[in-house]
Formats: sequence, C-alpha cells, structure tokens
Amino acid sequence: MRVLVTGASGLLGGEVARLLVRQGHDVATFQRRPSGVDGAIDFRGSLTDIAVLREAVQGAEGIIHLAAKVSFTGRAAEFDEVNVEGTRRLLHLARAAGVRDVVFVSSPSVANSGAAIAGLGAEPADPDHAHGDYSRTKAEAELLALAADASEFRVAVVRPHIVWGPGDTQLVERVLARAGTGRLPLLDAGAALIDTTYVDNAAAAIVAALFRMDHVHGRALVVSNGEPRPVGELLAGICAAGGVPAPSWTVPGGVARAAGAVVEKLWTWAGRKEEPPMTRFLAEQLSTAHWYDQRETRELLDWTPAVSLDDGLAELAEHYKRP
Amino acid sequence: MVTADWPGIDPVWSRETDVASTSAADAPGTVRRWHLLDNGAELSRRGLVPAGTLLCVHGNPTWSYLWRTLLAAGSDPAHPWRVVAVDQLDMGYSERTGTFRRLADRINDLGDLTEALGLQGPVVTVGHDWGGAISLGWALAHPQHVTGVVLTNTAVHQPPDSGIPPALRLALQPVVHKWGTTTSDVFLRVTHSLASPPLPAEIKMAYMAPYRGGSRRAGVGNFVADIPVDASHPSFPALRGVAEGLRDLKVPALMLWGPRDPIFSDRYLKDLISRLPHAKVHRFEGAGHLVAEDRNIAAPIFDWLAMQEGVDGSNCPEEEATTAGGHLPEDPAEPDPVPFRPLWELLSEQAAGPEGRGTAVAEMAADGMAARSLSWQQLDRKILDLSAGLREAGVGSGSRVSLMVPPGVDLTIALYACLRLGAVVVVADAGLGTKGLSRAVKAATPDFLIGIDKALAAASVLGWPGRRISVQDLPPARRRLLNVETSLAALARPGAGRGSELPTGTVDPAAPAAVLFTSGSTGPAKGVLYTHRQLAAMRDTVAETFGIRSGARLVAGFAPFALLGPALGAVSVTPVMDVTAPRTLTARALADAVAAIDATVVFASPAALRNVIATRDGVSAAGHKALEGVELLLSAGAPVPEPLLTEVQRLLPRASLHTPYGMTEALPVTDISLEQIQAADAEAAAGTMAGAGNGVCVGRPVHGARVAIIPLAADGTAPGSHPVTEVGVTGEILVSAPHVKEAYDRLWLIQRESASVPGWHRTGDVGHFDAAGRLWVEGRLAHVVTAPGAVVTPVGAEQAIERLDCVRLAAITGVGPAGTKAVVAVVETTLPARKAGPAAPQLAGLVRGAALEAGVKVSAVLVVPAQPTDIRHNAKIDRTRLSHWASRVLAGGRPGEP
Repeated sequence: MRVLVTGASGLLGGEVARLLVRQGHDVATFQRRPSGVDGAIDFRGSLTDIAVLREAVQGAEGIIHLAAKVSFTGRAAEFDEVNVEGTRRLLHLARAAGVRDVVFVSSPSVANSGAAIAGLGAEPADPDHAHGDYSRTKAEAELLALAADASEFRVAVVRPHIVWGPGDTQLVERVLARAGTGRLPLLDAGAALIDTTYVDNAAAAIVAALFRMDHVHGRALVVSNGEPRPVGELLAGICAAGGVPAPSWTVPGGVARAAGAVVEKLWTWAGRKEEPPMTRFLAEQLSTAHWYDQRETRELLDWTPAVSLDDGLAELAEHYKRP
Repeated sequence: MVTADWPGIDPVWSRETDVASTSAADAPGTVRRWHLLDNGAELSRRGLVPAGTLLCVHGNPTWSYLWRTLLAAGSDPAHPWRVVAVDQLDMGYSERTGTFRRLADRINDLGDLTEALGLQGPVVTVGHDWGGAISLGWALAHPQHVTGVVLTNTAVHQPPDSGIPPALRLALQPVVHKWGTTTSDVFLRVTHSLASPPLPAEIKMAYMAPYRGGSRRAGVGNFVADIPVDASHPSFPALRGVAEGLRDLKVPALMLWGPRDPIFSDRYLKDLISRLPHAKVHRFEGAGHLVAEDRNIAAPIFDWLAMQEGVDGSNCPEEEATTAGGHLPEDPAEPDPVPFRPLWELLSEQAAGPEGRGTAVAEMAADGMAARSLSWQQLDRKILDLSAGLREAGVGSGSRVSLMVPPGVDLTIALYACLRLGAVVVVADAGLGTKGLSRAVKAATPDFLIGIDKALAAASVLGWPGRRISVQDLPPARRRLLNVETSLAALARPGAGRGSELPTGTVDPAAPAAVLFTSGSTGPAKGVLYTHRQLAAMRDTVAETFGIRSGARLVAGFAPFALLGPALGAVSVTPVMDVTAPRTLTARALADAVAAIDATVVFASPAALRNVIATRDGVSAAGHKALEGVELLLSAGAPVPEPLLTEVQRLLPRASLHTPYGMTEALPVTDISLEQIQAADAEAAAGTMAGAGNGVCVGRPVHGARVAIIPLAADGTAPGSHPVTEVGVTGEILVSAPHVKEAYDRLWLIQRESASVPGWHRTGDVGHFDAAGRLWVEGRLAHVVTAPGAVVTPVGAEQAIERLDCVRLAAITGVGPAGTKAVVAVVETTLPARKAGPAAPQLAGLVRGAALEAGVKVSAVLVVPAQPTDIRHNAKIDRTRLSHWASRVLAGGRPGEP
C-alpha cells in the first residue's frame, strides 16, 4: 500500500513510517526537515505549502497525519494556521487526489477540561473547553477530520496518550533536564494515576487503525499502554533510566496549577521562545488522573501493546547507557 | 388538575372525577371532585392488560405525587399494573370541602371513589403515614377485592406502654397546631426535610404546589387534629376497628420501612408485625419517613407482586422463611427428618445424671481462682426458677429479650431461661461499637432488656426499647433513674415465679429462638434470626465435627461458642477478660482458666490468640503444665495466620488446632487443622494439587454441611443459579446445612437475595475447591475487582504481598469504572508509615512484583499508617472505605487519611 506519513521527523511519526517500511509498504513522508526514515521518499514542506502538499498526496492510498505544532506556548494564530487550516488543506487535497483512508493522529487532551479522568473512553473533542492552544486546535482539527469521514473517503482518529520512548524530547528529556537540576516537584505527593504510551505501541496502534478502517472509520480512539501508574513513580522510573535523582519535593497541585497559569501568561507576554518552567497544562498533567478504558480500542484495532511499561523503561535505560 | 410538569409525572396520568359522597361529613347528595394519578387509560391505549390495581393512599401532608415511581413501574410492559394514586379530599389537587373529615369519613370517602371508578379485584392497597390506616380501612371493608396490602411508615395503634412521639405532641399543641399546619407551611417544610438524601428543589416544589396559601392547607391541619391520641378522641373507635380487624386480614402483606422517622418509629412497625405476622418486612437502614423518596420501593413492590401472582391467588404464599419474626407452625404431615432435641436437653440430662453435683459453669477472678461456679443441678434449678420469674414478669413465647450481659454464669442462666420460655433472645455485642449496637437494638425492637448497669445506662441515654431488667438488685434511686422494673436476682429467687409452673411441653422447633448480629464490616450490622431447631443443629454440628461430648471441659473465650458449652453438656469456664475486646485475654488468664477445670478444649478468637502469644511470658510453670492438657483449640471469626498458629502450638503442645470457617449466618461451615493448613500451603507452593492456592484454605465442610460455588461472571457478579463443585472454579460460596440461619430479621430484600438459590445460603464470600475437596476462600464478592480482561479476587494477591517482610497487612482494591478498574494495593508496613499516600517507588516495585506472582497486575501501591479494621474481630479491613480513599488520592488530590 502506498502510504503518506506527515510529521515523520518527530519521534512518533518516524516510528510509524519505519514500521510501515518494515511491513513492506510504499512509504512517503512529508515534513519540514528530513525524516531520517530509511526506505521512504521524503517530501519537504510545511502544511501551508500547497504545491508540495499536492504533490505528496498524489498516488497515496492512505495517509497518516501527525504533523502539527506541538508546544505549550506560542501565538494562537500559529496553532490555528498549522493545526486547523493545515489539516483542512490536507483533507481537501487528499480527497481530490482520490486517497481512500486517512488516520488523523490527535491527543486525548482534545476532550480534557482539566478534571481527573479515571477509566473513561474517548469523549467527543471539545475545542471550547480544551486547555491551551495546542489542545484547542487539535480538537477543532479532529472535528473537521471526523466530519469528512465518508464511505469512499474514510477517516479515523487515534489519540495516543503521552507518548514516550528513547529519543523523546517532549516528556523524557524535559523530565530529565528538570529533575537533574532539582527543578521537578511532585504535585500532591505524585499520587495521580496516569497512563502513558510507549512509542512502539503507539506506532503499532496507529498503523493498525489504517488497516482496520472497516471497524474504526468515523471514530476517535484513545490509545495507551493500559498500565496506569502514580505519576511520581512514573517520573522516578524515567529518572532512574536516565541516571538522575528522582524528584523528592512535593507541592500542592492547586498551587502549581495557579502558578503555571501565571507563568504561561508572562512567558507569552514577554515573547520568550523557550518553554516556560511550569505551565498550567503541565501542572494539570502532573496532578490529575488521566487514564482510559482501553477495552474497545483494543478490540476495534485488534491490537495489544507489545512493550510493557517496565520493558519500555528498561529500553530507555539502555538508550541512556549507550555513549 | 396538575398544572405543571412535575418531575416523574406523565401528564396523562392526571385526571379528575366527580364522586357522590355517602360520608357523614357531607350532606346527602353532595358530590365531591377528586384528583387522581391513574395509568389505567394509558395501559388500555397501549393494549396492556394489567395484572391488577394498586390503590395508593398518601398521608399528611403529601399527595399522590408520592407514588409516581409506582405509576412508572406499573406502566412498564414487563409487569403492567393499573396504579390509582388518589389525592384525598382537602388534600393535593382534590376538592377543598370546608368540612372536617375524620378517619371514618376518609375510609368511606375512599370507598365512594372506588365504587365510582368501578374498581374490581384484584386490588392491592398501598399506604403511607395516615394513608396507611385509611388504606387498611378500605381493605377491611372490601375483602372481596383486596388481594394484598403494602405499608410504608404508618401506624394503626398507639402501643399502651409508650407515650405519643414528642414531635407529634408538639404538632398537636394547640398554639403550635393551627399556626404550624395551616397558617404557615412549616408542617410541610418539616416533612419534606425528613428526606435523606435531601429532596432536590424541584421535587420539594412539586410536593408544596397544591398547598400554597393557608386556605389550601385546612386539610393538613385537620389531619393532624384527627390523630386519636387517646380513647376519648372521636376517631379512636375507627382506628381501633382497623387495628383489631387487621388480625383477621390474611392476605399477603409487605412492609417497607424507613427507621429514621421521628413519628412512625420501629415500635409501630413492631405493632403492625404483631397484627400481620405473615408480612414480609424490610427496614431500609438509613432511610426515613419519606421512604418512597429515600429508597427505590417500586422494584421490591413489583417483585413481591410477581411472587403473589406465582401462587395463583393463594392467600398464604409462604414459600420461604418469614422475615417478620412471626412464623407459621410446622406442617404436621411432614415428620421431622431428625428428632428435635432442644438446646438445653443435655444440660437437663447432666443435672439429672451422676455428674449432677459436679461443676457445670464457672467464672474466673483476677486472682486466678474461680470466682463463682454452679453445679449442673444448681444451674438447671436456677434456669427453671428464672424462667418462672420471667414468665411472671410477662416474658412469653415470642417475646424478644435483649441480653446485654457479659458471657459468664448470669448470661448462661438468662439465655437458657429465655429459650425455655420460647422467648427470642437478641444478642447484640459491644463489638459493634456504640452506634452500631444502638442501631441493632432498635432494629430488633426487644420487649425486654436484661442488662448490666452499663448497658442499662446506655439504654436510657440512647433510648433503646424494651422493659428494663437489671442483673443485680439496684438501689431504688438507681432503679428509678434507669427505669428498671426488676432484677434477675429478684426474679430467680425460689418461689418468685410461683403460680406459674413451667409447662413440661417443649417449644416449637420452627419458632424463632435468637437474633444474632453480623459484625457490620460490610454496611450496617444485620440481625440474623435462628429457630430452635437451627440452634440445636449448631450444637450438634459442633459436637460431631469436633467430637465434643458430655463431660468435656472447655474454656469459653469466644462469645458465640461460650453459650454452647452447657448445651454440649460440657463444663464451661469463662476466663478473665473484657469480652468486648478479645485482645484482652492474656496467656496467664487462659492458663488459670484451663487449670481451674482441667480444661481439654479452648475457644478463643484470633485477636485473643494474638494477645495470648504476646503475653506468654507471664505463664507460670504450673500454668504451662495445665496448658499441656488442652487437646483441642478452636479459633473462628476471622482467618488465623499460620505463623500465629505455629506459635500457639508451642504453648499448647498437645492440642489439635482448628480454625473453622463460618459466618454469623452459618457457624461453622468448614474446618481445618494446623497440620492440614501446612499441607495445603505446601501443595499450593509446589503446584502438586489442582486448585490449591490463591486464597485461604479453610478445609472441608463440617458435619452435615454442603458447600458449593456459583461461578463468577466477567462482570464480577455470581448471576447463575446452579451451584457447582468443580475444581478450580471461582465463585460465590454457598452453604446448605441444618444450622444455617432462618432469615435476616426484617430485611426481606436481603433475605431474598441470600436465599435466591433454593435450599442454599449465599455467603457473599468468593472461593473455589481444590482437587482434594478443600475450599479456598478468595475474599468477599463485593470486593472483587473487575480489571480489564480479569476478575481479581483479593486474598491471593494479598497473601503474596504479606509474605514480603516489610508488609504487615495488605488490601487489594480497585479504582475506576467496573470492568476497567485499575488494581490498587494498599499496604500497612511493618514499620508504620508516618503518612498515608503513594508508596515509595522501591516498595511499590516489591509489592507489584509480589502481586504479579499471584497473577495480579497492580497499577498503584498506597501506604497507610494502619489499615481501617472492624471493631469486633479487629481483622476485617474496611475495603469500601479504602477504595473511596484510593479513588480520591489516585484521581490527584491531597492524600489525607483513609
């Protein structure tokens, strides 16, 4: 099958593209930087680049769309342009080019208004209540994508929950950098139960969605390891793998959430480019439960995670042991 | 008509009808306009044929709105019933007549209405508050139509030994009355505020709607004024007519009660039960006056109706044990399978035999000597004397007598004296805690309360029912203070009961004999009713299983068994200990008690054994010598860890150590000895026996008992009805034995559930059999955790975790929605944690690994400084509390304490 993967220079996108190549598919990628995926044809461009995008979708039978602006800060308009308009554009061109199936990779945060989530399924995306521009624009894009679903142009949404693994800069590197300098607190003693997704498992689930379109088109599915852990223990596991001391001081979650909101505003207002030390989004992620009912996801995708949380942490430790 | 869309009401139910009145309150020819909620037209429009009609009568100050859940249930095509819920005249949306309608008028009014409606049988009446008396009045006047009666918090008679409730007295106070009921809406508001949980605002509004404005509330005031508080009241004859007529009402009856009612309290329920002894009774612990709001009463009412339909109009559908406390005599055509020998038979035999002058019962004193003892002859004589005295004081067959006397000679005499009279002994122990004990005593509504000073003082403060009898003679001032009528000492004086010789005939084996209480570790303690036959069967089971014969000598350190000693014909001694706290039994006190009678058998709870081991250094050489003579130790009530038993074995080197498994509803069910436990554990560890492991091995069924399993389904329930005994199949444990309880007392719904597989008692425990026929208990059904793709029973993983040196007590629970729960291990560490919260990563890793060995994947590990345990056994962990706490903590919040 000829498959186009957008955003393949990222950790998850790269893993998806590599998995497809290993499975013997004809893989093309689309992103601004080289994908680094052996055996795939790279198209280089941004989602605002109509000409390259049109070229990339030509001849594709399936598309896995991961490209997005992922950040805790930045101007709202940038998020809208890439995440919402970029998706609208891609869907439009894909349908015109006769692409049959699209997997839109989203995030559980599209349906998260900040309350604890304990064992729920994939609730509908809710741009009005999602926190932060990333979640809001992903929610809008997801609604667009699902609205485009039709029998001859099938669209499914997969929401991997907190993807991590060796080479991950979003979670692992941040945790290690902060913990290494003693700047990572536990919120409320780190008790909040949080599920995550090891990158190999997320990639396998996303690819599975493309080949289970009969069962999953028109739907959104949350994907995770199905192994919720107290966040403190999870962070300790990552720190142990990375060879830095685990966080040992605790802050009330309410304080951190309030502080995060203030810091976020100040950072944007000051026009700072680097990530702020604490954001409301991060504080929420670290202090409220987020774990999901995986039964239906696994049944519909005919997929189970191959790498357990503890195996994943062992892989991570291996990664950091290498010189 | 109903003018707004009130929540829960289908507007098509609302109708008005004009009825010619024949009541004395109206001039001849008067026509009155009634408002009703009636689903009859709707049923016929939908082509549904009702099985009958529920005629629902509200009280004061509610209206037909009270019955909306019944209307909805009756409209369900699965069980169509026409439901006619009336608004009484001057009430709800019915006409304001400007008359004062008394009870007799209101009963007649209802008859006028049903005549006008052409209501034909079968009719089942449903009543609440004063609507209860009116509905029963209608039922008595229409025997040709009525096929059943349902009562909720109501009354038909003021018991003579008690004043009217203070709240009612206040409402009747002339100054308060007019203002409180009519001028203002205080009476309505107070009534609505009795709901628990509180009524939502829109429901309160619906109740208030027809009573806005003083002119709409005249009926409310008149209703209160019509309550016959004494014989001079104009409505007294009408009420007495209903009350007396009830005794001849033989149709099936159902009583659903909310005990937290300041007016219609348990004593009125007791009075109703005495008039309708065949009634099914369920008390919803925690519910109040507006029981129809507080609980789902529609489901049990329709279940009960379905049961009546099943018996084709028979008036006595007694396919199951009564739960009311009354009973039906045994069918004489069916001979006893085993000849009945009353509980006291061996006691009398001993008194009459060669051992008659030998010691029967003894109590130890702190100095290590017997403080008090009686021979068999003396014991027998004292029991008979006290029986006669109690009978003189009014205790008779079926009287409920609460015994609040610590185990020992006095309790033994009182217990057997009551049983011989056919009275029902109510045994609620202080191990329930003050609140639990108080709730239990009120639920059982004893007629008499025999207690030590402390218990009588508590009875006064907490308002426990029953005429008071002290153990010892009290000084007159104290007697008056505690409202004590007499004492056991006075009643037992020879000749005190002269004039009422004890009849030689024996009790009815099928009559209730005792109400015992569950420990309350899973919700409020439940009263468990035993008949004389069942108590006797318990004695026989213990005798056969453990070989305890006449002449055995036992130390009774465990309350339930302590009372069985004389019944077994065994010499019994009570050691020095605070029986309300088993932990207070010391090794020395045990040795003293053993030495006093050269005891061969010891009964002690696991908590008591733990303290015995902790204090073993206090035993003298002579004490050790005496302990060497013990041949049998029984410890029941909670699992006994094998290491503890091994320690006990060192102290009692010659004794066979047995830990029977059972519950208040069936004691014992299975038995196992220390050697058998060790063998079973070894087989489980080696994997040589199919089914061995994953739980506590409790051995094989005791003499006369059968045990089976209803397999667990994927949702963690045991929905089947076919008990199996296949190896390795996990499910709810069922027991069938002659000594299984008769019923839960006044808990019809729970009784039905527990007896839903005919011939079996559902224990609520889960477990499985191994290939050797041994039972392994895996926990409580309610504590099963339904993780994705796995139904996790707690005990196996808990045992694996407790094998870690750093863990003292572990509990497995779950958080999240059923079917996809995250498994949580809550541990109490050997070195107690300072604060409750998530376990440190290292401990969490160890616990997770240990649980995985037992096949359970744990998501989170939490530590607590101490597990919350029950008061009685100090061993059963309150998992409901733990799981609520775990849910809160793991959702992300400040841990706090469980």
